Formats: sequence, structure tokens, C-alpha cells
Amino acid sequence: MSEMNAWSLAQARDALRAKQVTSVELTEACLSAIEGADALGAFVHKTPELALDLARAADQHLASGDAPDMCGLPIGIKDLFCTKGVPSQAASRILEGFKPEYESTVSQKLRDSGAVMLGKLNMDEFAMGSSNETSIYGDVVNPWKLGEQALTPGGSSGGSAAAVAADLCLAATGTDTGGSIRQPAAFTGTVGIKPTYGRCSRWGIVSFASSLDQAGPMTKTVRDAAIMLEAMSGHDPKDSTSADLAVPNFEAMLNGDIRGKKIGIPREYRMDGMPDEIEALWQEGQDMLKSAGAEMIDISLPHTQYALPSYYVIAPAEASSNLARYDGVRFGHRAALAAGDGITEMYEKTRAEGFGPEVQRRIMVGTYVLSAGFYDAYYNRARKVRALIKKDFDDVFATGIDSILTPTTPSAAFALGGMADADPLEMYLNDVFTVTVNLAGLPGISVPAGLDKQGLPLGLQLIGRPWEEADLLNSAYALEQASGFAHKPQNWWAS
Amino acid sequence: MAIDTATAAKVAKLARLKVDEAALPALAEEFNAILGFIEQLNAVDVSGVEPMTSVTPQRLKRRADQVNDGDQQMQVLANAPDAREGFFAVPKVVE
Repeated sequence: MSEMNAWSLAQARDALRAKQVTSVELTEACLSAIEGADALGAFVHKTPELALDLARAADQHLASGDAPDMCGLPIGIKDLFCTKGVPSQAASRILEGFKPEYESTVSQKLRDSGAVMLGKLNMDEFAMGSSNETSIYGDVVNPWKLGEQALTPGGSSGGSAAAVAADLCLAATGTDTGGSIRQPAAFTGTVGIKPTYGRCSRWGIVSFASSLDQAGPMTKTVRDAAIMLEAMSGHDPKDSTSADLAVPNFEAMLNGDIRGKKIGIPREYRMDGMPDEIEALWQEGQDMLKSAGAEMIDISLPHTQYALPSYYVIAPAEASSNLARYDGVRFGHRAALAAGDGITEMYEKTRAEGFGPEVQRRIMVGTYVLSAGFYDAYYNRARKVRALIKKDFDDVFATGIDSILTPTTPSAAFALGGMADADPLEMYLNDVFTVTVNLAGLPGISVPAGLDKQGLPLGLQLIGRPWEEADLLNSAYALEQASGFAHKPQNWWAS
Repeated sequence: MAIDTATAAKVAKLARLKVDEAALPALAEEFNAILGFIEQLNAVDVSGVEPMTSVTPQRLKRRADQVNDGDQQMQVLANAPDAREGFFAVPKVVE
């Protein structure tokens, strides 16, 4: 039997019910893995005492019978989620010392279902980044290495992806505004799903771009994603954009039968300069789904190339507005002031000290595109293009397409520091295949599908119809079964 | 359109971010690169298209206009960098 911390959620759930193990034992196994894994930089606020309290309570609940699926399962929580009494910093200096007096709806739902929080996970500052290099806590290192070269786990949910891939926890929460769950999942050989916009409550999650942000699970298997997504989902009166829809039993819908399903292959995702390996993996994915009985259909999403530029208007615009709340008055960091400094100097110095360069850049771009005289030319135009991008998907789904298969990322994980001299725009290209899904509010999942010739994991993305996560997860399950991906990184980090 | 250092300074001011004079030229250059990228959007025919206001067609829910919590002064102030006598404290605003 493998180490308990390497188990999937489903495996651990079943072992708990068969009384082969206790939640305290599972939690201790994870805590000891976390203790030896500081080299990864994944867990930034550890909560071992809280975890053991929760585990003991879960064991009691399990003993009484009729416990929810997540009961007793140790997980990590991204630092973007506000957790009561536990530091929640969005990996930013500006939230230094912030301990929320409340719990986010999603983390509360997980707690209500009996899940055990092990601690908070590293990320890009305010979820702005694709390499987890903008964090105040420092970089996260991908458990997958290239010789001696340290690689990025992707971002912004890089700590979540690394922790799951390195078996520090059974699963973790992530959030995704332009690809922040799916890209790190692809870079670490794990599964990550961003559900339909509105499926998970955003209440208590530090806001980046409110019309794009969604929480979702990051897991070892598609079955685990189904189990954990169900526990995270559901209507919340505290989030006016949360959908008042019943949450299906996603796991019950997994049968791997995709015979007769119509899978769209969008020709615009065949980009110039795309590495042959990505192209080859995409073709293999199509072959696998075809062998499972699905039909591949060539489709067109004509506005794809405008997704990134419209995202880089809308997301910074919303961020500049959301991040106006960090003023040094109500919570977090306040700069030391010089004699005679007034309130304006307090705001300006606090924000300049508290936000890192990428966050400041996006706040200023957002401020500019929303400023008088440019609002129509940039912001309104981007929102119109967004409407067209969504219409592209609506049109395709109206022809009977069930889901869409694409690569998750244009490359495998790259070197930490490898983009240091690059233009910010080059980093933005990481999201080229994922960002359309946020703009259109659709569910998207990344499934590990193979290794590149250097031995690094690559992911394929499936995009589903709105609210049809169950069907999407089932197609992902079929892809997972067909690819049989079972690779794990060599453990170099344990100390 | 090209952003000059004066525009960069104005944007920083609007965003309440202190930017050193010396950093303004590099900032203006970055803006120009990002805005140049965004300008691709001008190639799209958007005539007759309404700007998206909600990605899902649902209407925002309404709730009763009533007090549902309160008496949380200590919790509200708990994370303030400077709280005194039950208030947030800030530098003098009015002379």
C-alpha cells in the first residue's frame, strides 16, 4: 500500500468508511509530508493544530455514520480564500497580518462537509501571474524537475498544484480567472476544473476580476474533482452572481461512456509556432476519444485571437476597481509616514509598498482603460468583443457539440526565472487556450494526458456547455481512462 | 496612441500609487506595449453588439431591505493598522 498522503480522495474516503484508517492518521501523514517539503514553497501558513482538531471531529462524525464524502479528508486551501483566524494574504504584502473574522463560503462548505484544512497555499500575488513568481512568500517550485533545473508549477494556483502533485495533501482549492487552475494542473500532471461562472460562491474569496473569477478543485483524479466540486458548489445569497441551481451528484454520473458524443476541435487553436509535441498530444487526445466512441467535429471559434487582448482590458479594469479597497485604513499594511504627510500620501505610499510590480502594472492599465475619454475605446469595446467570443461558443453548442477539446497550455512547465527578462505580454500567452473559457463563463477541465520528450507532464483541456459539469467530467473521465496517465515526479524535496 | 511620461504620472496618481519620477519613462514604455497589444481589438467589427454585462443570462436576485447583522464593531476594527476608541484612525484630513 502506498503512503496515505499519496491517496486520492476517493481511495481515502473508502478506506475511512471501511475503518482501515482514521482521519487523524491521514492528516498526520499529510502534516509530516508538508513538514519535510519546505523546498517546494507550497504551504505558506501551516495549521497543524487546527487540522488535528478537525480530523478528530471528523473521526467522530464518521463513527456516527452518514458523513458526507469529504468528511475526514485533508486538503490545502489557496491563500486567496479568507479563512477565519488564519492568515489570508492573497500572497501580497498589502494583506500582511490580515486574519479574517469570517470564512469564505467555499471553504465553509468544505469545512461543513468535514474536510480537514492543513493550511494555506502559495499563489501569485492577487492571482495575477502564470508562474507563481509574483508571490510575497517567494516562488513555488514544481515537484517536476528537468535535471537540476527548477521549474515553475504555473500560476496563479501554483502552490495548490505543487502540493497536490507532491502528495502533501489529497486535494486543494484553486481559483481561475484566466487559466489559474487549469494551467498549473497541466504543468504538474494533476486535474483541475474551473466550473461554470456562478457554480461556486465568490463570497470571501479575495476578488481579482469579479466577472471572471471562479473557484474549483485541484485533484489527483477526475473522480476526485467530481467529489470535491460537488462539496464546493451551490447557491449562496451572499454572492449575487451565484446560481440558484441544484447541484448534481457529479460522481454518480461518471461511467466513461461517451459513445455518440460530439467533440468539437476548434481550428483557431492550431496556433503558429505551437510546439509539435503539443500538436501531437492534441491529436492523440482526439484519437483516444474517438476510440471511446465519440465523434470529432471540426469547428470554428472565429474570435479566439481577440480573447487575450479583451481579457487584458477587462481583467485589469475590474482589478483596479476591486483593489481600490486596499487603502491602509481598514486592514493590512500601512506605510510609515513622514511628518506632514496627509491622507493622499498615506494611500500612495501604502499601495506602492504593498503591491508588487505586476499588480501595480495591472491596476494602472485598468485605471487607464476606465479613465474619462478611453472608457468607450477600450473597456466598452472589450466588453463587446467578449460578447462575440461568448456567441462563438453559443453558436457551436447550438449545432449539437457536447464539448470541445484543446491543449491546456502552449508548452510544458518552463524554468523559474526563465521569463524574467521577457515582456509581460509573453507571460500572458500562457493563457491563450484557457482565457476564452473565463470570458464565456463556461466550465473547463485540464486532464494530464502525456509526457513531453523531456519527461514533463502535458495537459489537455475539455470545455463544456454551461452548467453541464457532469457531462464534462464524464468526458474527462473517459480521456483519463484512455490516456492511463500514472506518472509521478521523483521525490527530491523531502528533508 | 502613445503614452508619455505625463500621462503615466497622471494614471499613477489616479490609481493612488506613488511612482518615482525616474521610473516614469519605463512605465510609459510598458503601457505602450500593453496598449499596443490591446489595440488589436480595433480590427473587430462590433457594430450592433451590446457590451456584455453578465456572462450568464440570469437576473440579479433581490433581497429584502432589512438589517441582518450588526454589533460587530470589534470584528470590523480587528484588522485595522490603527484603530482608536472604536474608530479607524487616519492622518488629519481637514485642517
